[in-house]
Amino acid sequence: MMFAATETLSPLAGGWFLDNAWLAPFVPTIGYALIVLFGKRLPKKGSEIGVSSLVASLVVAAGAVWQWIQRVNSAGEEQFVSPVVRTWTWWQSGGVEFTIGQHVDGLTVIVLFVVAFISTLVQVYSLEYLRGDRRYTHFFAALTLFSAGMLAMVVAEDMILFLLGWEIMGLCSFLLIGHWWEDGANSRAALKAFFTVRTGDVGLLVGIAILFFAANEWTTTNLGLSGFSIRGISAWALSGEPNSTVILMAAVALFVACIGKSGQFPLHTWLPDAMAGPTPVSSLLHSSTMVVGGVFLVARLYPVFFAGLDILGPSANVIMIIAAITIVIAAALAFVQSDIKRVLAYSTVSQLGYMMLGLGAGAWLPAVFHIFTHAFFKACLFLCAGSVSHSASHHSFDMKKDMGGLRKHMPVTFAAWTVSTLALCGVFPFSGFFSKDEIIDNVGGNGYTFFMVVGLLGAFLTAAYMTRATYLTFFGAPRGAAAGEHAADAGHGAHGAHGAHDSHQAHDTHDSHGAHDSHDPHDSHDAHAGPRESGVLITAPVAILAVLAIFAGLFNATPFGESWEYLKKWVEPRAVVVAEPHAGGPGESFMFSVPNAEEGHSSSPCGTETPKEGICYAPVVNHAQFKWSKALLSLVIVFAGIAASWVLSAAYYGRRDPRLVGLTQRNAVARAGYRFLANKYYLDDLYERGVVSGISGPVARGAYWFNQNVLDGILHAVARAARAVAQVVYRDIDQRIVDGAVNASADVTKTAGATVQPIQSGRVGQYGALLFATAAVAALVFVILNT
Amino acid sequence: MLTSQFLLLGAILFCIGVYGVIARKNAVLVLMSIELILNSVNINLLAFALRNGSADGHTFALYIIAVAAAEVGVGLAMVLMIYRNRRSIALDDLSEMRG
Repeated sequence: MMFAATETLSPLAGGWFLDNAWLAPFVPTIGYALIVLFGKRLPKKGSEIGVSSLVASLVVAAGAVWQWIQRVNSAGEEQFVSPVVRTWTWWQSGGVEFTIGQHVDGLTVIVLFVVAFISTLVQVYSLEYLRGDRRYTHFFAALTLFSAGMLAMVVAEDMILFLLGWEIMGLCSFLLIGHWWEDGANSRAALKAFFTVRTGDVGLLVGIAILFFAANEWTTTNLGLSGFSIRGISAWALSGEPNSTVILMAAVALFVACIGKSGQFPLHTWLPDAMAGPTPVSSLLHSSTMVVGGVFLVARLYPVFFAGLDILGPSANVIMIIAAITIVIAAALAFVQSDIKRVLAYSTVSQLGYMMLGLGAGAWLPAVFHIFTHAFFKACLFLCAGSVSHSASHHSFDMKKDMGGLRKHMPVTFAAWTVSTLALCGVFPFSGFFSKDEIIDNVGGNGYTFFMVVGLLGAFLTAAYMTRATYLTFFGAPRGAAAGEHAADAGHGAHGAHGAHDSHQAHDTHDSHGAHDSHDPHDSHDAHAGPRESGVLITAPVAILAVLAIFAGLFNATPFGESWEYLKKWVEPRAVVVAEPHAGGPGESFMFSVPNAEEGHSSSPCGTETPKEGICYAPVVNHAQFKWSKALLSLVIVFAGIAASWVLSAAYYGRRDPRLVGLTQRNAVARAGYRFLANKYYLDDLYERGVVSGISGPVARGAYWFNQNVLDGILHAVARAARAVAQVVYRDIDQRIVDGAVNASADVTKTAGATVQPIQSGRVGQYGALLFATAAVAALVFVILNT
Repeated sequence: MLTSQFLLLGAILFCIGVYGVIARKNAVLVLMSIELILNSVNINLLAFALRNGSADGHTFALYIIAVAAAEVGVGLAMVLMIYRNRRSIALDDLSEMRG
């Protein structure tokens, strides 16, 4: 440890937007309440509140980004840029003070901006896409609250608010996926999403509880923070204080939550079913909110995972293993989908696997950067799919039956789709290249060669399935609705080879019958006009996102040199040992040691050993040296995937090559493989038949036995006892005491009445005599008393 | 002192009135007896006002005269109605009680 600089460092810049970043989630929350209360009475049915509240949120987020950049620039070269934290007391319970507040740092502002930006575009898109929907107002209310939940989670200062935002998202995803609940499949998908994510959420609660009880004493003593505080937990995890078993349990519990939320194997099954919701919901859910929540949790509490799971250690950790499995199996599943949104859904699962792989392998920044780029191009892809179904394929999402040859009819959608596909595949110079290649590069650079190969395999598969989807949608001969047929006319018999498959997925090939009905006025128009380009409210968000899908990669373009690595400078927390100032402001932090990132290994003790005389908020991570040779290898793999897929797709779907068509029927190996994939590795069967019925069968029988014997026994005993008590009460209390009292008072009254009856004679003279006699007696008494 | 004679007169009038109220059967005579009682009270009030040198008693006496006039008005109207209905103003015959 060297005392390189112990002088007070330069004060950090602040600003209104940084101090008030909490408004970003707060405004949409108010917007949600207003839509619920007044939405239906407004001229635009509440959508104007939704859009404007998210625009306000976007302004706050953009301002926060700008001021955070200034704050970083105002800091010294090796100075820790402390987050902008504000807290308010929420409630007190048993001496523990629960606070609510904001924690704004680089990670917060970038995700805040992405979420607000994409939410705004998706709301604008929904104005057109859901026009005339029967629950238009409810849709905007839930969509606004959904964004608010994600934004709250992002700015959360402590785990309580984090959990709140996390659960709000879970609830809203349920509402939005089941938006057209009239169709049984949609409400089943909503329930499945909700319960699957809830399964993981148990891990979040357990993890938060473990962290609180393990860290609270240390954080209170050393930092004056509660054990819920994200800063406190981060510092505690890197302090060398925690018991390795405890922090391992906490990290695993939290990762279980991420598996559920971010659709990692084996809880990824809810994500493709979540396609039952309207397309804007899929777009939002799959790009920037909800599924990113799990990745964000790992990135946010990275010190806990770093210390708990021994990231950068010699052996592979659980995050990497799960992520690698997820990348490959999800990409493989994307090949057997005929629903365009399901291809994208599995693609999302696979890309989330990349993010998790990066985080698990110590590539924090590339993973966060991939959140950033992936949000743009995946949102764009979903909105393109929605545009196709809205305007060209008659609300169908079936690529095989209702699409094909659409590139001529929908130039804007086709261009945006192509750009985003190239970005997703990781083609230079589109944005995906910079982030995905960085992840693969860093995974290899940190010594995990096997996982680097998995990443490259995933890149190959990604390129192949996206090419297949592109071919089916935009090239070849138009089919079904895309050829101008009415969707209902395209019977299953037309594609006999896929009959079994089609009927298996029949329920999700159409966006919804609800949507279908609500668009009835357009139907005749659609049928005559055939496929056409969507309106400007749809194409404008798509075009904006496509532009970002091209250029977002330049924010951290490692290949172009150090000066292009803006995100590394602005977002990555600096792993320096700081003496936490108790009394002073954020600018008065002292620095005790200097990291040396030049040689790939660092002299900063953060994350590797217990820091002396200070604390760390972030572990030291390595950055792989960029080499064009490695990038070229991955680019070659990507192009190989595109080319191979294009040739096969053209042969299979275009020319109907007899050697390929029916291969799954003729060849036993191909058939087994296809069925294994078509049944989604039998995971759904395992969950529904194995887990759900396995649990519900015995539990139901046990509950029945318990009901019959224990509960009924208790009930009967209670009834008998009550009857015995009632008899005693009736005989002794009711009959004797209560009735006795009533009868006695009646007797007294009767006797008294009989006694005074003669006085009431009706003779006025007698009354007068009594009156004067009484007066005379009273006067006599008065005189006697006064003398 | 003259006051005691006034008080004595008031007491005598009061006793006559009480006797009339109790003993008379005729409703009009009962009303007249009540007037006697009221006037005995008036005399008493005036006597004490005289003794104490205060005007309060006079005020009350005037007030009682007004009340007595109203009372006689109402009472005579009632007697008239009873007479019309029953052709009799004997108070003992008015009782319809059976006890």
